Amino acid sequence: MMPFNLLVLACVTYVAFLFLVAFVVERRAAAGAARWLRSPLVYTLSLSIYCTAWTFYGAVGYAARSGLEFATIYLGPTLVFVGWWWVLRKLVRIGRQQRVTSIADMVSSRYGKSNTLGVVVTLICVCAATPYIALQLQSVTLSFGVFAASGTYGWALPDTNSTALWVAAGLALFTILFGTRNLDANEQHTGVVTAIAVEAVVKLVALLAVGIFVVWVMADGPADIIARINGSAMAGWDLVPSRWAGLTFLSAAAVITLPRMFQVLVVENSDERHLATASWAFPLYLLGMSLFVLPIAVVGLQVMPTGANPDLFVLTLPLSQGQGALAMLAFLGGFSSATSMVIVASIALATMVSNHIVMPLWLSLRATGPVPGDVRRLVLLARRLSIAGVLGLGYIYYSLSGGSAALAAIGLISFAGVAQMLPAMLGGIFWRGATRHGALAGVLTGFAVWTYCLFLPSFGPGGVLPISVFLQGPFGIGWLRPYALFGVAGMDPLIHALFWSLTLNTTIFTSVSLLSFPSPVERVQGLAFVNVFDPERAEPQGWAQGKAEPEALLVMAQRILGDDTALGFFEQQAVLQGKDGYLPDPTPEFLDALERRLAGSVGAATAHAMISELAGRARITVADLMRMAGETAQIVEHSSQLESQREELTRTARQLREANAKLTQISVQKDAFLSQISHELRTPMTSIRAFSEILMEGDMPPEMIAHYARIINEEAIRLTRLLDDLLDLSVLENGTVQLNLKLANLSELIDRSLRAAGHIRPERRFIVQRDLPAEQIFLRTDPDRLGQVLINLISNARKYCDAARPELRIVVRQRGGRVVIDVIDNGSGIPRNKQALIFEKFARLTDQSRAGGAGLGLAICREIMANLGGSIGYLPGQGGAAFRMTLPLRLEKPQNEVAA
Amino acid sequence: MKRRSPVFLARRGYRLRRIRDAARLLPVAGGFLFLLPILWGPSGNERRVTASDGIYIFIVWLGLIVAAALLSRPLREETDTAPAGGDGR
Repeated sequence: MMPFNLLVLACVTYVAFLFLVAFVVERRAAAGAARWLRSPLVYTLSLSIYCTAWTFYGAVGYAARSGLEFATIYLGPTLVFVGWWWVLRKLVRIGRQQRVTSIADMVSSRYGKSNTLGVVVTLICVCAATPYIALQLQSVTLSFGVFAASGTYGWALPDTNSTALWVAAGLALFTILFGTRNLDANEQHTGVVTAIAVEAVVKLVALLAVGIFVVWVMADGPADIIARINGSAMAGWDLVPSRWAGLTFLSAAAVITLPRMFQVLVVENSDERHLATASWAFPLYLLGMSLFVLPIAVVGLQVMPTGANPDLFVLTLPLSQGQGALAMLAFLGGFSSATSMVIVASIALATMVSNHIVMPLWLSLRATGPVPGDVRRLVLLARRLSIAGVLGLGYIYYSLSGGSAALAAIGLISFAGVAQMLPAMLGGIFWRGATRHGALAGVLTGFAVWTYCLFLPSFGPGGVLPISVFLQGPFGIGWLRPYALFGVAGMDPLIHALFWSLTLNTTIFTSVSLLSFPSPVERVQGLAFVNVFDPERAEPQGWAQGKAEPEALLVMAQRILGDDTALGFFEQQAVLQGKDGYLPDPTPEFLDALERRLAGSVGAATAHAMISELAGRARITVADLMRMAGETAQIVEHSSQLESQREELTRTARQLREANAKLTQISVQKDAFLSQISHELRTPMTSIRAFSEILMEGDMPPEMIAHYARIINEEAIRLTRLLDDLLDLSVLENGTVQLNLKLANLSELIDRSLRAAGHIRPERRFIVQRDLPAEQIFLRTDPDRLGQVLINLISNARKYCDAARPELRIVVRQRGGRVVIDVIDNGSGIPRNKQALIFEKFARLTDQSRAGGAGLGLAICREIMANLGGSIGYLPGQGGAAFRMTLPLRLEKPQNEVAA
Repeated sequence: MKRRSPVFLARRGYRLRRIRDAARLLPVAGGFLFLLPILWGPSGNERRVTASDGIYIFIVWLGLIVAAALLSRPLREETDTAPAGGDGR
């Protein structure tokens, strides 16, 4: 027998092990070394959260009571997966293309990014999942109880309620730690998924081990088992046709619509080809999970005393044979089933709650204007609180229902609840005529019927609904009795509710869809969903050209995606448009891509609302709709070729235009410089000549001579510096510079540069923000040259930053084998039309030569960085002038080729 | 006897389309086979035989898995080569 404290220890060790797995995997995934972690095997195993504790323990009890009917729970998903080419493939493709974050997001996105629909679906999912989570807590508590009852020594079992509380709290911690690390739901929770795959292996191995023990140790092999089945009370069973077909259908529907299944199936999918493997591997897993259910049930019924709970045979059977280790394994299997389900379900629900309820509320509560503050933190906080909230709800439900046996039926009730999404979902991906009003009406009807006929009665007669309602109907209306709607009596309550809810749901969904008229956004989305495999027609654009300011878009994107990701995305889009820098033109294509990217973080409806705010309303013309309707399909093909050629031309033209503008400006600058340089050279020359003439005349007091000599000397130094700069630049440009490579500490280098630049406008007190630990990087580079660049940037900030309380931020990051150094001040920054020019020679923003240089500083910086194998660029949208330097961690050898 | 080269040149494409058809038909066939036990209901006072029904269900189940595994290979390659490929209607 197993002492209770040993059991607790085993649980804690197991959870710690899972923590470790998730942690290590996250680490490796961050380092980009986790290809195998995203294999079809892990994907298939993660799908096994379909098998919860309810199926792990409950299937045996189910089999003991109703024979083979338990298998329907697995047969439905088998059919869905075997038929992946129909539905799953399309769902996954849509999910990836639209960057869907949850099932509510999918439905809301399909029906014109309607948030109302998102809220309704979210609420249904929370309603249906709460009792299910309670069921998991109950199963863990019950299995604890089995060990506590059998072991008399060790700790006494604390009351079941506190066990459940501890379990819920532990799960909340794990989920928050690993489930809300990334904001982008499409960046996927590699750590969690791998931990869940590990748990999937544990539960399969546990159930198979118990099954093999039962069949080959307790009985004499399969033949004996068949004989035992024939000789037991289970020899004959009643197949109720309506339940057999209905439950198969129900489980098939649930495997697509359960939020947690949608999460692992669609959102966490990293490669469509994995689905092909899962199409047979997941049914195989289910087969493995149910293979020994019947033998365990029949042997349990024979061996165990009458009255023993068949739901716990998986545990009690090995215990009764003195197989403590096997029972322990079975216990961990059940524990795994419960925890993995709860973790994924709460992640999925939390994403839905934060994206469809918290974010829209927050967006509508605050005044209109640019997006303030750090939205990421808000969303993450909302998500963390939602996870705690969902688990809290489950716990409250558990303690209110008192862990009654009535909970066991809740699994199927929960299935029927989420199945209400099925018509809207399938209609959405196969039928372009499905409308938002139809979906909303259908889902609400189905939900209402489900609540009235199944959910509320599940609390028992007299629980929520008074007994009189069951017998005579509400207000004495007989045809509204919850178990006999419209006078159809005598059906199994579950099938009755499923039949009526889905029938009414589908009828109302289709008829309202036929009668109502969709909005343009809906039609566009409908087309994109239904024709997802047809790229010609699936790429509509809903945005008008050119109203949005790219810099404002960047600022918004940074607050949602994070600085690096947003900048990377903008840079990549700019490259696609054939532009340099971080600011692409606000073309419809770009706005569309940006919206989808944001949708991956905050959901389609919110992303759409945020972009509308900056870009104006989406405008779709009748011509667009006709094009999308495919009524001009032949023209489309021809015109798409022209289109791509035209795009190519536009891109080239844009590049040429930019180059031309740059050239013109440079030519103007060069002229300006020539006069400037002659002026710069002449002024000192003139004074040198004048003062030397005075000196030649002689006959002066010595202090005057010294004074004039000093002036001559200073002017000569100024001349030399100017010539030095010019010389330096030409050496750098030719690539003939000798680099003095050695190992240097970046932090010290920055210290030195700050000190060296301190003499520039020393009266200004700068607040310098640095992250010292991040700066502890040893670089192999030319420290003097790098210092020169740093000094130049810091001096520029000191010279030009016009803020009342000037601040300087130096951010150092290591990315792959490269180091990124950002130097950011809080001044007014550099206007957009000048950003492309500042690195050119002799460029100066202000015409007044108050800075006292010849405008060569940044040009030199750029050449130095190129010689150091890196680059320097202006970083827009940082609330001030900001420069980003990128350079390799280890510069191998001096580059001799001419830098571009 | 030498095998004649097919008149129909797009033989491979044709084969792939039929494999897709098979993949679409598989769940229909599976659903039919799973529902079949309803039809052979016992007559009179006899009860169903759990053991043989169970064996039937598991054999059909395994058959579906094997068929799906065989079909998944060419279909996966197709997903591979044409990531944005057509539906083949």
